[in-house]
Amino acid sequence: MCNKKTFPLGGLHLNKQKISALSPIQDAGIPPLVYIPVKQHIGTPAQIIVAPGDKVKIGTLLAKANGALSANIHASVAGEVKKIEEIQGEKGYFEQVITIQTSADEYEAEIDTSPDINSNIPQDVEEIRQKITAAGLVGMGGAGFPTPIKTTIPENKSVQYLIINGIECEPYLTADGALMLEKPEQIVIGAKLLNKVLGIQNAIIAIDENKPQAIAKITQVTKRYVGVNVAVCKSKYPQGGEKQLITAITGREVPAGKLPIDAGCVVQNVATTYAVYEAVMKNKPLYERIVTVSGDPSLTTAGNYLTRIGTPAEYLLDKAHTNKSQIGKLLFGGPMMGVSAVSLQAPITKKTGGLVVIDTASSLRQDETCCIRCGKCAEVCPMGLMPFAIASNLRRNNTAPLKALHVADCIECGACSYICPAKVPLVDYCKLGKYEVNKQK
Amino acid sequence: MTDTFWLNILIVGGIALCAAIMLYITAKKFSIQTDAKESQIDEVLPQANCGGCGFIGCKDFAKACAQSTAKSFSALYCPVGAAEVMQKVADILGYSTPKRKDTCAVLRCNGTCQAAPKKIEYDGLKNCRVANLTMIGEAECPDGCLRFGDCVKVCQFGALSINPQTGLPTVDANKCTSCGACANICPRHLLEIRPIDHNQQIFVACNNKQKGALARKNCQNACIACKKCASICAAIKVEQNLAYIPTTVSPQEFGTKLQENCPTGAIIYKSQVKREKTNV
Repeated sequence: MCNKKTFPLGGLHLNKQKISALSPIQDAGIPPLVYIPVKQHIGTPAQIIVAPGDKVKIGTLLAKANGALSANIHASVAGEVKKIEEIQGEKGYFEQVITIQTSADEYEAEIDTSPDINSNIPQDVEEIRQKITAAGLVGMGGAGFPTPIKTTIPENKSVQYLIINGIECEPYLTADGALMLEKPEQIVIGAKLLNKVLGIQNAIIAIDENKPQAIAKITQVTKRYVGVNVAVCKSKYPQGGEKQLITAITGREVPAGKLPIDAGCVVQNVATTYAVYEAVMKNKPLYERIVTVSGDPSLTTAGNYLTRIGTPAEYLLDKAHTNKSQIGKLLFGGPMMGVSAVSLQAPITKKTGGLVVIDTASSLRQDETCCIRCGKCAEVCPMGLMPFAIASNLRRNNTAPLKALHVADCIECGACSYICPAKVPLVDYCKLGKYEVNKQK
Repeated sequence: MTDTFWLNILIVGGIALCAAIMLYITAKKFSIQTDAKESQIDEVLPQANCGGCGFIGCKDFAKACAQSTAKSFSALYCPVGAAEVMQKVADILGYSTPKRKDTCAVLRCNGTCQAAPKKIEYDGLKNCRVANLTMIGEAECPDGCLRFGDCVKVCQFGALSINPQTGLPTVDANKCTSCGACANICPRHLLEIRPIDHNQQIFVACNNKQKGALARKNCQNACIACKKCASICAAIKVEQNLAYIPTTVSPQEFGTKLQENCPTGAIIYKSQVKREKTNV
């Protein structure tokens, strides 16, 4: 373990606050009503194929993928479809959801609910790919990119590395860590399945050095499986960023504006890898995921919950005995990149890795003062950008040099805003810059 | 002594001659053909370089004018200089003056602080475009004005200002040149360049496409798509729970009637739009 990997440019050392790192995965239970959004991924919303009054079981297809860049949506509970309505998501914008009144659990016939580990990997690649598509898998690390597209290699491109991202570099979040502790074998089999689909024998499970128990468990399992290895990475933010991880593991760089496949890599989150295992070996569509509830210890009991997709955030907060009246901000995701939720009723989606609650006093941003040109933002930027220059151009509404400043490469990790001694909301400016560059196209 | 003198003259003169030849060749080779008309037009343009004409700057517009035919010239218009400047440009080219309707920008939202009170505390960058990416808006209207004033900052002519009472940007029709910079920057496309008809304007000051009850919950002035206006004037279309008054509807004829009959006050009728400089 002397050979810890990391990315060369920038980065930060954060107080990780992994309060729930060793808490076991608990079942969050079934809320009385679930709200399942039809768009939980990048791309076009899925097409609804149920109507109010329909009886559904766990795993029943509710909405079909609409086009290539889309994903199937399944029922996460058994019950009756009550309404197809529009409710506020975490950003407050109205999203179409399928509301289901829940009853006792009842599974679709083909789902294997036994806890036994099945390691008989099917030989037919097409069969695996079909099951991944049918299960509605999307990237569960936060972006929600449909997995079938990632596992289909375009012509005239080749893959050498499959990287399984178990870094989880955001503070507070421990969902992926908990999964690695409890389901190490399933994750490794999932990696084998992805290996098979990609036609390679080189899966690397990347784990942050701050998860020694997970490293030990996964390493032990990988000894029994050929083609899956473990890489230990330095505990540095944003080590879990796709591009940063590729550079750390392979030494390659993803060209600007291109995808990891252009560097011969495919990156999948551990939660997605586990979902691949469940989809292929257990015929289980993606209808539940592990969500960390964490934050200020005086407000909530930190824990990892196995949560049905569509559970309202409020229900999960109640499960974790959260003092809701004292919440200053509720974050969907971690404190660095998460979205500050507008409504407590917003549902958990396939992309939600955690809920973080912050008290009122520490949730407020400090007042912005003048840039002192210390250059710290440029120092910590993992993409090698100059956030201060981007901000100063945008303040003057000067959009011409933005392209040359490569603002489109910003991964919005928030390192610049975090480090800025003048408290300039630099990542906000970078988001604005990306918006402007997209508009110019 | 004299030898050195003449030698110096010869050397310096020779260098000067070489340089002159080189300069002559480069000047010939890299010369840019300038159109006399183009520079003449450029001189009469307002030099605001606002982009309102659809070109990058005044120079580009002048070039387009100089290269235009009598027919294609009618499509070119400098909204800042308006009729006065376009008359001069037409005179230089010998074409007839293009006619345009008098226009100015209007805000298609009436979600004032009183009608649509703040429900969410936003503490990110005070910028409409960033706020629009981050959240629904402080008043929870997905299509309403965000009230951070990107349009005010982008206006080169000082025609926009935030009204401290309502929190909304207001347009000073007298200063507005219809350059369209505000309409272009607004992430929710709320500013619209609309014609001024006999110093009057009429428009629906709402862009909310939600159902009536939901729209009204967040904003007292929201359009609820009751179709009352459509029953008065057949040209008005109600689509996606939102009424839109086409620019062809005459404010003189329908103005008072439409405003009085709108139950929520979403229709705004301006009967006295002040303009000193006009297009017609």
